[in-house]
Amino acid sequence: MLTEVRWHGRGGMGVVTAAELLAYSSILKGYYALAFPEFGAERRGAPVTAYNRVSERPISDRSPVLEPDCVVILDPTMVKRETLRGLKRGGFVVANTARKPGELSELLGHEYRYATVDATRIALDTLKLPIVNTAMSAALVSATKIVDLEHLIEALRARFSARVAELNERAVRRAYESTEVA
Amino acid sequence: MGKPIPLSGNYAVAYAVKAADVDVIAAYPITPQTAVVEKLSEFVANGELDAEFIHVESEHSALSAVVGASAAGARVFTATSAQGLLLMYEIMHIASTMRLPIVMTIATRAISAPINIWCDHSDFMASSDAGWIMLMGVNAQEAHDLTIAAYRIAEDPRALLPVAVGYDGFWVSHTVEPVHVVEREGALRYAPKRVARYVLDPERPVTMGSLGSPDWYFEFRVQLQDAVEKSREVISEALREFKQHFGREYREVDGLYTDDADVVLVLMGSAVGSAVPFAEEARRAGLKVGVVNVRLFRPFPEEEVLKHLEGAKVVAVVDRAINPGSSSVGPLYSDVAVTAFKRGLDVPILSYVTGLGGRAVMKSHFEAMVKHAYGFVGKRMRDVKTHYSFVGVRE
Repeated sequence: MLTEVRWHGRGGMGVVTAAELLAYSSILKGYYALAFPEFGAERRGAPVTAYNRVSERPISDRSPVLEPDCVVILDPTMVKRETLRGLKRGGFVVANTARKPGELSELLGHEYRYATVDATRIALDTLKLPIVNTAMSAALVSATKIVDLEHLIEALRARFSARVAELNERAVRRAYESTEVA
Repeated sequence: MGKPIPLSGNYAVAYAVKAADVDVIAAYPITPQTAVVEKLSEFVANGELDAEFIHVESEHSALSAVVGASAAGARVFTATSAQGLLLMYEIMHIASTMRLPIVMTIATRAISAPINIWCDHSDFMASSDAGWIMLMGVNAQEAHDLTIAAYRIAEDPRALLPVAVGYDGFWVSHTVEPVHVVEREGALRYAPKRVARYVLDPERPVTMGSLGSPDWYFEFRVQLQDAVEKSREVISEALREFKQHFGREYREVDGLYTDDADVVLVLMGSAVGSAVPFAEEARRAGLKVGVVNVRLFRPFPEEEVLKHLEGAKVVAVVDRAINPGSSSVGPLYSDVAVTAFKRGLDVPILSYVTGLGGRAVMKSHFEAMVKHAYGFVGKRMRDVKTHYSFVGVRE
């Protein structure tokens, strides 16, 4: 089955790396996967979008995802209706926010499923930096089970230096456990 | 085949160059190519690749440096995009007429003005008259594999020509996907380093690139034309043997659903990946659409393309570049139309230009093309008033 994910955040949060980590994890699981950014001139603080396609079968289409199964929002200020454009009914909104999933459901509509995690808090505690990409990857995995947590951790180790991977592993495990789904 | 690893198109190319065990790399950074040579400089710095990495001040110098190194018998590599390729253009002709087996990859990108770092085929197409063999991969795996095949083709004594391997900037260069990586041992078994040619050697001095007076210049150009023409056999053999060595099959041209198609889409690059599922969907809706992927652009694979057009009622050529003011408008269109004309194929051949400067080529664009093309079923070329249109552009 083809799963399409769209990531939203801002330059500096690691949006593109988050999409790459999902692709890494999926490939480790034996899936076919693509990760690609909405290519802009990279600037800190500017909105950044990235995409994934994940499937058991090879994927040829690499045009932007218009109707995602899942939208992941790394920046709490982007948790709003317009960020969800094209999201399939019953699709997942995975958001970095201190709010509960039920609150988002009231705010953004009952036709979607919601998963929330305070990724900024987790990132500040574990990494001492507000870089929420790995925590949000964990939240996505926790909510959708698209890959196993261990695939994500293996991908971290492949992608980052030992020290950075270790810190992020802490963020990932904590986010995975504390993600709330409704 | 072992397990694939996640790589971007750019890194897939860098791994191919490492596997080919090149001796000299010279390059200048330009988006979206930069990551290729960044990765290669890392391979050289950490000892994974025993090569000279020459840092130069421009693309003109990058290609000049590999011309020199190749003339001395080295296996060489460079990479570029857009303005960088245009700056190399002068040296591209020198490389080909001097018959130097240089391999270059092009992460395709729009050319200025206005400045734009994103994908189209303007750069690739603008350099297609320089006497190089030119291939285009549709994904990271193809960019990797074709780069390895390029060394075998270039250094074959029957070819001795530079080879350019294109792949779409960002859509392939920056997309991470699973890639089966060829290891050095396998790459060198398939494409052993061959120096079956004259090289610069102080012990046996020769002159290269000297004056070609009216008494000789013409013959050199004709020899180049003959060499590119004859390289078809070398390319075909290299692709065939690639499958024997690595299990992955590449042809000069792929055709899908072309046997009974009303409308055949002819295109190059990553948009093929969107055209194929579109065609499958269109067929379920009763529209007989075929897709032709032109993987080899120079020498243009006329026979292989024609084979897929002979049953078509309308041929729709999709270009990601404009040749302003030319009779074709789309550069790929030009080759397809001439090929069809030579064979007397009298069906409407239409040019659709789309996806310039990083604009995505979506399913909806193919829908618009095919809907338009279906209006010409049963007609002939002379019935076509305006042969070209722009798809996905503001009116």
